[in-house]
Formats: sequence, structure tokens, C-alpha cells
Amino acid sequence: MILQQLANASGPSGREEAVRQVVIEAIRDHVDSYQVDGLGNCIALKRGAAPAADGRSRRVMVSAHMDEVALMIVQITGEGLLRFRKIGGIDDRVLPSKRVLVGEKRVPGVIGCKPLHLLHDAEFGQVAASDDLYIDIGASSAAAAERLVQRGDYAVFDTPYEPWPQARLVKGKAFDDRAGCAVLVELLRGDPYPFDLYGVFTVQEEVGLRGARVAAYAVDPDAAIALEGTICDDMPKKKDISSTTVLGQGPSITIMDRSMIADRRLVQLLIDTAQAEGIPYQFKQPLMGSTDSGTIHLAREGVPTTVVSIPSRYIHSPVTLLSLDDLENTVKLMRAALIKLADLEL
Amino acid sequence: METKTLLRKLSEASGVSGYEAELRGLVREAWAPWADEVREDVLGNVIALKRGTGAGERRYKVMLAGHMDEIGLMVTQLEGGFIRFTQVGGIDPRTLLAQEVVVHGREPLPGIIGTRPPHVLPPEARNKPVPWDELFIDVGLDGSRLAELVQVGDLITVRRSMAELEDDRLSGKAFDNRASVVAIACALERLAGLKHEWDVYAVATVQEETGLKGAMTSAYGVYPDIGIAIDVGFGNMPGQSELDSIEMGKGPSIAFGPTAHPAIHEQLVSVAQANEIPHQIEPIPGASGTDAWAIQVVREGIPAGLLSIPLRYMHTSVETVVAQDIARTGRLLAHFTASLDAAFAGRLGLNR
Amino acid sequence: MKALIQELVEAYGPSGHEGTVRNLIRRHVEPLCDEVRVDAMGNLIALKRGDGSGRRVMLAAHMDEIGVIVSHVDEKGFLRFGTVGGVRPTQVLGTRVLFGNGQQGTIGQEQPASPDEKPSFDKMFIDVGAPNKEALTVGVGDVACFQRPFADLGQRLMSKAMDDRIGCAVLVQALRDLKPSPHDVYFVFTVQEEVGLRGAVTSAYGVAPEVGIALDVTIAADTPEAAHMNMALGKGPCIKVKDGGMLAHPGVKNLMVATAQRLGIPYQLEVLLGGTTDAMAMQTSQAGVAAGTISVATRYVHSPSEMVDYDDVLNSVKLLVGILSAPIVL
Repeated sequence: MILQQLANASGPSGREEAVRQVVIEAIRDHVDSYQVDGLGNCIALKRGAAPAADGRSRRVMVSAHMDEVALMIVQITGEGLLRFRKIGGIDDRVLPSKRVLVGEKRVPGVIGCKPLHLLHDAEFGQVAASDDLYIDIGASSAAAAERLVQRGDYAVFDTPYEPWPQARLVKGKAFDDRAGCAVLVELLRGDPYPFDLYGVFTVQEEVGLRGARVAAYAVDPDAAIALEGTICDDMPKKKDISSTTVLGQGPSITIMDRSMIADRRLVQLLIDTAQAEGIPYQFKQPLMGSTDSGTIHLAREGVPTTVVSIPSRYIHSPVTLLSLDDLENTVKLMRAALIKLADLEL
Repeated sequence: METKTLLRKLSEASGVSGYEAELRGLVREAWAPWADEVREDVLGNVIALKRGTGAGERRYKVMLAGHMDEIGLMVTQLEGGFIRFTQVGGIDPRTLLAQEVVVHGREPLPGIIGTRPPHVLPPEARNKPVPWDELFIDVGLDGSRLAELVQVGDLITVRRSMAELEDDRLSGKAFDNRASVVAIACALERLAGLKHEWDVYAVATVQEETGLKGAMTSAYGVYPDIGIAIDVGFGNMPGQSELDSIEMGKGPSIAFGPTAHPAIHEQLVSVAQANEIPHQIEPIPGASGTDAWAIQVVREGIPAGLLSIPLRYMHTSVETVVAQDIARTGRLLAHFTASLDAAFAGRLGLNR
Repeated sequence: MKALIQELVEAYGPSGHEGTVRNLIRRHVEPLCDEVRVDAMGNLIALKRGDGSGRRVMLAAHMDEIGVIVSHVDEKGFLRFGTVGGVRPTQVLGTRVLFGNGQQGTIGQEQPASPDEKPSFDKMFIDVGAPNKEALTVGVGDVACFQRPFADLGQRLMSKAMDDRIGCAVLVQALRDLKPSPHDVYFVFTVQEEVGLRGAVTSAYGVAPEVGIALDVTIAADTPEAAHMNMALGKGPCIKVKDGGMLAHPGVKNLMVATAQRLGIPYQLEVLLGGTTDAMAMQTSQAGVAAGTISVATRYVHSPSEMVDYDDVLNSVKLLVGILSAPIVL
């Protein structure tokens, strides 16, 4: 499954080329053209099955972001340890005691921390700030370290993709948003749609929804749907409050998040399609998270937009989890909804 | 070009974000001798074009952006003979107490930022910065005379002349980002003696300190193929993490990360090495907080790069730079510009 | 003008749900304009052409108001919510809310852990009085506005959503009062200002004006122990110099002052600490727009009882008409 290759590839915000390569290999024989723009977005065009009656073919953009949250090496100490800063939002508490891969050569490293035996009382209740942590690649001097890595190199979490067949789940890193990318690849591999479909694999979402902004300006679509791997907070809670999304309950549809208010007609189209096709679906808790649609919907004179997401537990941490059923249902829902989109009045 | 003289002139002028008129005139004066055309746009950005020699219907364009606005203060209310004020851009409030200022009312008035004497306050008050609403500007006038000369919305600038310190160091206000405007002037002068294929648009942007606005709109209007922003970076000092610092006197830093296109970063580094220009690499994992960040996301996206001049005490009135670092930045910009050709355009995937 | 104001402020229209307000306004402006259209985001754009000798001017007032959105329906039929725009926890307890389908409700809270505990949204919920979850007519994603009737206090007017239906009313009245003008004036009633000036961003791109003027509210700081700002009720329309998001184009600001002085209209200079308007979005559109704002000083902004001075409103109309009736030289 394409998700495995995508999840295993390294693609921190600003250096998504490895992921882009996987994408291009997967789609090149199924699209009419693709190009890479000035920020690194991959914009693929799958022409519509037949020309539109009125001469102007409807343009629909479906996007997913290629970048993942990661670490950047900012200093190599005299002892050969690597100090780092975070790219995108990572909770400091997930960092200690994890394995990473550094740089293009994917040099293995570990993020260690002081043994608990040696902690002072005051330190026990404290979170180790990322500025106080180090990546250890085993080098014992700066010179030794510099033979393998350099300042500016990226470190990604070392979490190989792994199916959990009993549970119909899969584990890996960066399902936010390689899950979305996988769905988009599948959508581009099928038959043409009744309009020009722009499949856009964006960059730098995690540092400000930036690739999507310029891609939407360039594509100038009539409607857009962003695909995401999203927050899934369905573990035990003290109060009866929202889980944002629930694993296994199908693709989630966004009505409103921090970055945009969805176009109601697109939302209704997705609901109607899901019901007609018997596909499970859920609503994502409003106001949670920002997505590429935040910048897409403000391109030029405005673009009707929404977001369809695959629930994923533990996003922005080294290990993420999703349900293959949810993934497949997302592809089904999107394919059916896109076909219906051709006739939607916008 | 006398870097120090030009920096003094620019630094001691008044040009708070949104009100850069005085700087516009000085920048025109400094850049016009080296440019083919100079114009201004709606928001007041100064745009100087120096044409390249490239053949073909349309030459490639490189935009060099250095913001000319400075942080400052603005009158919010008059209370008796005293002035209440707010900031324009991120002024460090710890630097305000006992600072001399100029209030730009009907005429420029000298003033002092003060607060009630510490002698009359409880001791704990001295351990905290003075809150904004307890600071006043005193121009020594009574209420009615004050109201004749000053009104709500008038600008206030810090009053500081440039000082020459040891070791080629200079200290003054608004070196963020007048130092970069000087560096661009150096670059334009040097370019007069070099061949360059691409058209160069040197832009002194406005309102960077209040949201990168001049960069957004000038980049939209100029529509360059690539953009290089020149700004200042955190010069090393005690108490400041090494992870956040670049070194004084070691030349401009060349940014690496989402804010810089990898091919542009590489080109800047190799040009610096080939021309033996001291430089540093600055890894920036996220937003760079500079005009480069804004330029990148204009229209269909503009590949960008960022050079930073090391500067201590940013956003105070004693910002300190090494004069040589300004000249080095100018040289790097000039040689980088001269290195741009069709092959480089190809590497970036630009097609015209 | 009071009837117009009442009609607009009492309408339901939180961000993303401006349809009702748009229809009301459209009925007023369509007969007076050369062209009216609604763009993809829902902005209402009404063009009144000039004689060709002037500028391309965009006026912006936002139709949306703040509100709350249902984020979760609990087992007993209580509704957890999030905020749409700048709603403060101190201003919602016990208020009435109104959903788009007419459903009314109130906002309650969990038992505080201690009497001093500050109110916070994650401990609140909307109660629409449903006997059980199945009886609900609203659900996740539905949006409510705050419900409060308009009150005419004589010189002063009080209501929810003065921000920015008062700006909309000023635009409508200015359109009515505008004699032939040299300028092509786009009266734009924007959407989604409260969640980030979103309608202004896209409408400004489409209109591509040379000059942009927003009509919005600003904070009147003339109440007891208010923040230290200059603006007060009854001192005239506010000519914005600066707010939390932008600096007005000095040329536009100066033109506004000169016009007010020329026509003998009282005015106040405004430096607002915090908050911004659609003018910020217009200013950085494309290659830049000379932008400014005329504000109506308002007490208790973002509460259900916003208060304005009626003469300030009338003078804002006069000032705007005065600016549009003469050449614009910046």
C-alpha cells in the first residue's frame, strides 16, 4: 500500500523532496501532467473525461500536505552531541527516549535524558524542554559527528510502518498527513472525473499552511477539498465531551476549524454521498486545528472549501495509528463525492 | 561609499512604520546614483531598478528587500501636560524608562519618558518593569500649550545619535534595519562595476515591523523570480542561548530552513566561499520573522533567501553592529546577483 | 435611520451564516446601485458608478457577528460549544442564544471548584431545554448568536451586533444620501470579519480598489476606569490612525480630517489598543491599497449590549458622503 512508502519517507517542512519523489513515481502514469513550483508543491492535473458544455471546465483542487513535524540540528557540541530545535508543533513530552534518523544518510540517533536515579526532587515533576535535550549518534567528538551530519540537517522519528492485523490498524510515523497523501494518490490513479482535477501535494503546512496558499493562487480552483490525518482523542475522559474524531467511525467532515468555515454546500454533498453509498462518516469537532484549507479558501476571490480527514491517534508524536477501514472509506467517500461535485451548483 | 556616514544619516532620521517619508527621501538619494529608475508604490516602498544585460524578451528579476521602517511610539491620549503613548512595532518596554524622545507634533519637541519617582513607590514595584499605563512622556509644557502642538496619533521616536565604539563597532537606534539598507547601497555600488544578467529590484520596504506589509505588496507588484531579504540577526552575547545566536564580526548569516529555497541557500554559500567573504550558516526551523517569509508566499510563490547582519541588543536604542559585516553583506549580495544566469534559473525550475 | 439600524442588529448572522443579513441589505441597496453581485464567500458587492473622473473606492462593513458553535452533544442533550470570533467567558453566562432554525437557549456552567474560579468555556454548555438528546433540533456544527432586542435610549442606542451592523447601516444610508460622485464606489458588505477578516481578503482581491475605507466600531473608553484611550461617545466619528493590526494610510487619514474640518463635522482621532478592521485586509491586497477606517465609538464591544451615540452615527454618514463627493487626492 502506498501509505507504507509515504510514511517511511523523510519529509520535514522545507525539505519534502523524498516524499515528493514517492508521490511522483506513484502518479506519473495516471495523470496528464505534473509540475513542481517554487516552494516545492507538486501540482498534478488529471483532465476531465469530457469537455464541459459551457467551455470552461470546472476546476477542483484536492490537496494533502507532504511535510511532517520534525527536528532540525542547530548545534554540534564539542562532545559530538546534537542540539536541536523543533519544526512545527511537537509536544516536548514525547521526545525523551525516542529513536530518530538524522540527515539524508539517515544516521540513527537517540534522544536520551538524565537517568531518573539521579534526578533532584525539584526535577521530578518537570518536563524536559527540547532545548535541554540532545540527539546522540554515538560520536564522541564534534569532528567525528561532523563526518556524518551537519548543522541544518533534519531528524525524523525512526518509526517504521507496521500493520497490526488483529486490529485492522496500522502504525507508523507522520500519518498527519501521509494518510491524506495516500488517499490523494489513490484518487489520482482511478478513472478520470467529470472535470479537471488538480491533485496538489503541498509543502510547509506544519509551519503555516504555506505551500497550499501559493498552490491555490496558481490553480485558481472553483472548489477545493483538503485531506488530512487528524486528531483522534477517543481515549477515556473524565467528562462527556467530544473526542474530536473516533477511530473506526469513518472519514470525518469539517464544518469549521481554527482556520476556516467550510462551505455548507460541500459539507452537504459529502453527507448526502456518504448516506447514499452507505459509507460511515463523522463530524470533526469544530474549531480544532488549522489546515491547508485555511489558506486555500482565501486565494484570489475565494474558494468554497472543506476538509475530509482520516482519524489518527497520537499525531505529532513519534508513533501514529490509524484504521485501514477509515482509510478505505475515505477513498470511497471522496471518489463518489467528487463525481457528484460536477453537478453541484456553486 | 562611506558606510558609517550613510548609516549615521539613516539611523538618526525618523521613519516609524507607516510614516517612512523622511527615509524615502534619504534612500532615494543613496540608491539613485546606481539605479536606472526609482519609483514608489502605494504603501510607500521605494523600488530602484538596475537593469541587467541578459538577452531575450524578458529578463529574470531578483528582488533585494531591506525594510526601512523602525519601531517607535504613538500618542494615545493627552492628560494634563503629559502624554500617554503606545508602541508601533515591538519596542522593548524595559528600555523606555528615562529614554529621551522626540515627539513629532506640529513641530518636533524634545521629551523624556518618565514615571513617578521610585522613592514614593512600594519597594516591590521596583522589581517589575513599569507598566505601560504608568509611563508618560514629558515635554515640559502645560496642558493647553501641549494640546495646541500635539494630538492623538502623533509619532514619537527615540532620540539617539550614532556612537562609534571600539573595534569597528557602531551603536545606535534603528540599525534594524537601516544597516541592511546601507548594505544594499554597497551592493548596488559594487554591481555598477560587475556584469549581471538579471534585472535587480532593490526595494526599501515599509511596515515590516508591523506585519511585513511592504514586502507583501512590493513583491506582488514587482513580481520577481526570486527574492532575497536582508535583515538583522541576534548577535551573540552573554545570557543569550547559542542556539539563537550568530557571531558578531563573522559576516552575514545565510539562513537555512523553510524560509530559504535550498538552491538559493547553496548559491549564496558557494558565492561567499568563491569570493572569500566571511559568512555563517543560520539554521531557522520555522518562521524567520522577516520580509523573506512574506515574499515566499506571494502569488504563485517566490523562491527566497535571507541574509542577516549580526546585531546585538535588537529593538533597543543601542543596537550594535560591526561595520565590516555591513560591507561584507553588500559584497555578497553583489556577487550573488552577478552569478545569476540561465543555468541557475534552470536549477530553480523557473521558465520564462 | 433608527428603523434601519434595528432591522439589521436584530437579524441572525454569526460568521459563516450571513444569509439573512445579506438578504435584508440587498433589498435596500439593489434599487440604488448599478450592479450587485454575491461572490463565492458570500460577500455582497454593490457598485455605484461615478462620472469616470475619480478613483476606484471600496467601502467595507462586515455583516457577521460573534457567536458560538456546538462542538459536542452529550448524553443528556446538553451542548458543549466553541466560540466564533472574540467571545469572552465573562460575558456569556446566563445569556440567551439563538440558532439559525429559531431554537433558543441559554448558557450554563459546571459547579466551580472554588468561588474565585474564573469562568472558562470548557466548563460551560448550552441548554436548549430539550427533555432528552433525541428531542434536539440542533447538533454539532450548528451556530448560535447572542439574543438581545434593540433598545432606543434616545440619544444612545443599545443592542447586540452594533459591531458591525452599525457600519452596514452607515453604508446603506450613505448610498441613499450620495449625490453623483466622481468615484466608482463599491459598497462591500463582508462576511467572516470576526474570524479573521476573511471576506475582506477575497472581496478586496476581486474589487482591486485604489482606496479602501472600512466602517466599523471602535472601543469607547469613556466609562469608569476604562483603558487609557481617547475615544468617547458623542465626540463624532473616529478617524483611525492606528489599531492592533494596521496603520492607516496617512494620506487617507489626512483627507478624512480635512473633509471633516471643511464640512464642520465633529471628529475624534483614534488610536485603538488591540483589535482591527477589514481595512487591514484591504491594505495588503495585491500591490497595496491606500486604506483607512471611519469608526463609530461603541461601549461594551463584543457584549450583548453594545452602545453607540446616534449623532456619531449620523455624522459618520455625513463624513463618508463628504469624502465620496469630492476628489480624492492623497
